[in-house]
Amino acid sequence: MARARTDERSELDLVAILCLAPSLLYVICMFVYPFLYGVYASLQPVKGPAWSLKNYISFFTDAYQYKTIVTTFELALPNSIAVVLLGLFFAYNMRRGIWAERTITTILVLPISLGVVFLSEGILGFYGTNGWLNQMLLGAGLIHEPLELTHNFIGVILSLFMQNFPFCFLMLLGYISGIDPSLESSARMLGAGPWTIFRRVMLPLIAPGLVIAFALVFVMSFAVFPSAVMVGQPAGSTRSISIAAYQQAFEQYDMSYASAIAVIMGLCQLLALIVIVLVRKRMTIATTMGVGKR
Amino acid sequence: MADSINKLRVSITKRYGGKTVLDRFPLEIRGGEFVTFLGPSGCGKSTALGIIAGLVPPTEGEIWLDDQRIDDLPPEKRGFGMVFQNYALFPHLTVFDNVAFGLSLQHRPAEEIKERVTTMLGLVRLAGYEDRFPGQLSGGQQQRVAIARALVLHPRLMLFDEPLSNLDAKLRVEMRAEIKQLHSRLKLTSIYVTHDQAEALSLSDRIVVLREGVLMQVGTPQEIHDRPANVFVADFMGFRNFFDVKLGQANGGQIDVSAKSGTYRTRAAEGLTIGQDAVLAIRPDDVKIGGGDGSNKLRGKVELVEYLGREIEAAVMTEGQGRVWLRTPEKIALGDAIDLTLPADKLVLLRKE
Amino acid sequence: MTRGRTWQLVIYVFLLGFIVNLAGIVSHVVVSSFAKRWFGKPLPPAFTTDWFTYAWTNFELGQVLLITLFIALAVVFIALVIGFPAAYILARRNFRVKPILMLLYFLPLLIPQMTYGIPLATTLYKFGVGGTVPGVILAVLVPMVPLAVFILLPFFEQISLNLEWSAQMLGATRMQIFRRVLLPLMVPGILTAGLLVLVNTISNFELAFLMAGGGSQTLVVALYYNVFAGGVRPVYSIDAMAVIYMVMVMSVLLVALRFVRPTQMVFRLDQPRR
Repeated sequence: MARARTDERSELDLVAILCLAPSLLYVICMFVYPFLYGVYASLQPVKGPAWSLKNYISFFTDAYQYKTIVTTFELALPNSIAVVLLGLFFAYNMRRGIWAERTITTILVLPISLGVVFLSEGILGFYGTNGWLNQMLLGAGLIHEPLELTHNFIGVILSLFMQNFPFCFLMLLGYISGIDPSLESSARMLGAGPWTIFRRVMLPLIAPGLVIAFALVFVMSFAVFPSAVMVGQPAGSTRSISIAAYQQAFEQYDMSYASAIAVIMGLCQLLALIVIVLVRKRMTIATTMGVGKR
Repeated sequence: MADSINKLRVSITKRYGGKTVLDRFPLEIRGGEFVTFLGPSGCGKSTALGIIAGLVPPTEGEIWLDDQRIDDLPPEKRGFGMVFQNYALFPHLTVFDNVAFGLSLQHRPAEEIKERVTTMLGLVRLAGYEDRFPGQLSGGQQQRVAIARALVLHPRLMLFDEPLSNLDAKLRVEMRAEIKQLHSRLKLTSIYVTHDQAEALSLSDRIVVLREGVLMQVGTPQEIHDRPANVFVADFMGFRNFFDVKLGQANGGQIDVSAKSGTYRTRAAEGLTIGQDAVLAIRPDDVKIGGGDGSNKLRGKVELVEYLGREIEAAVMTEGQGRVWLRTPEKIALGDAIDLTLPADKLVLLRKE
Repeated sequence: MTRGRTWQLVIYVFLLGFIVNLAGIVSHVVVSSFAKRWFGKPLPPAFTTDWFTYAWTNFELGQVLLITLFIALAVVFIALVIGFPAAYILARRNFRVKPILMLLYFLPLLIPQMTYGIPLATTLYKFGVGGTVPGVILAVLVPMVPLAVFILLPFFEQISLNLEWSAQMLGATRMQIFRRVLLPLMVPGILTAGLLVLVNTISNFELAFLMAGGGSQTLVVALYYNVFAGGVRPVYSIDAMAVIYMVMVMSVLLVALRFVRPTQMVFRLDQPRR
């Protein structure tokens, strides 16, 4: 009885319920209920019968609206892939600790903490046509005209990258460092070179973390809003689906339609998650088959 | 000094899901007794202790302290002292504050607390350590603080949950002696849980041997050691040699049994009848080298030798009886041909299960 | 192994590039906030602190700061108070619905704020708290309560159950165990959770934005609105406001980093505890 048996199924006694109740009720009332209410509201269009899919039909028949899904995808997917691959590359090579690790990780926490709005404001300045980057490149003679890096697609990609890369990198660094180093050592003793070790020992172990990281980054990027407005073209090439939802809610005051768009956004994210989970399942089968081979 | 009790009576059952961890565990302890629950891990001994402490609720059963039924009483009201395997000292409090904790909960006056704590720390030989923190102490010292913390409250019953398992071998022996001394001085009723038979033998007035929630034997250390009631207890207490035998004629206090390698004479045991299957057991230390009086003999060749310092433990492959383990101070070597005698009074007859 | 060395070099160069980038972005804002006028040159020809005063008066920064602070502290307090007991039970007990509960707590952190923010805003507006300070607090609490729970949980798991049991055997009631054993030992956990919730609340945009009304804008939201107002506001004043925001976040961050490693500030993927 050195410590409590955690295999024991203890009942939820009164104390437990009292402890869990406030926060649980909060999540249910303020998250689950609004979510369900949002779905309900989306089916009660402002100009139409109750319980109809009018909002959804409007969305998918209006090019201005449904194109936002494509646009958002174009923003989120390449960004997520790049961030995860780069994050993996750096986290893997730094898994045994690096010089000035504490400093570097501290600096990388900054973009995450400062947030999108501040970063976007800074990007507008630094990458703007009169900003330091263009000045440097012009001054060095590398370009003859300033690069258009803001108020367009590229600006948003930059902003997304600056936010997501540190987050993904730190997450993967933590995950990869947690892998037992003796696995690598034994592989080396058995004669495996660095690439083989990565491909056949480490990658299968890192894969679950990679998948989760990708899922998180993609889902986060898909909801892109302030960057799309501040450093993008909210009316054009970077009109993300959240912008569409926001406009319906706070410019058109059509909460019902806005809720519908939010539901669609949520469904897209859910779909992406399902696809990712399925891909992961296939990956597991593939790797176990490979590992089991004699 | 300590409030004493006359009797603790227990009969408890504990089930976790479908698994019965304690099956109608019965126990009666007299005031001042030192009782040990002995058994391998998972046998239920710690669970039994937890139920007596009040930290684990029994599935069924009763606990009686003198003439009061206490199973509904929460642990903080039972007035028992408990020492845990990992000491469980409060890391944020000094040694003094740790020991004083229970007293401060009772809102005792400061001078009384100081006096009692200082005395108790002296008793466990930690005077002068009042201002240290648990993290600054060695394992043995931490354990002594844990004991002091429980004792200072003059508990009616002391509960020890494998307190020495985390200490190294030498320290364990020293602490065993200290616990024994404390018990002699304070005459505190104690229940001690361990898997170490040496601890059980040296500390206890009585030992309760448990296996998978079932009581295997209760008795004094001598009884458990010399007269194990069944194969499990015998095996646990160091009997390494077991022969399947058939019971033959009884002859006064002795009985003849036939094994694969011949007939042996041994002390009779209760409840066994002629022709019954049984198990004959003997300790390695009791196996003798040499001829002796002619009966109970075996012959064989030494096939394994373990050097233990003062003695050698050897495995002898015998003609007809398989491997026999022997412990002897004589210098025998691998491959030696050797005669063995199994003295009749050292052989134990056990029920076959 | 020169090959290894080359990789290392590449990594450091890239990281350096990233950090230089970051530094550039941040310092541009800082420099701009102190510039009298600045157009197309590496550095502004003259410096001034007037923009801060301008921002303070024109953007009602005093009020905005007060609101931000009030909201942040309220969120931290409530999240800790209701998250603490929940984290305790989740750390100590196992019960059949535990995985479902853990998922439920995790959802507001997993699903992006914009996705559930719109329905949340709709609901809160329906109940009349839209655009008010309590409304912002309620909205921001949704992801912050789970965050507090998940940060506190591992700290609870580190406190051996035996400590509680020892206290019980020594005669302590539940309340006494809480006050004299649990609370003192949870101080680092509470601090960590409080600081991280604080940072996340101050920098929270989407939810605070969706719930903001005239008198309930947090600093970030006000910043956004003023950027968006575009040409009307001189960029230097906006940058001044951004600098004030940055100082606020970084001071909390500096305190937080005394107690927390940077890797702990990010989502911890399911992995064995270190």
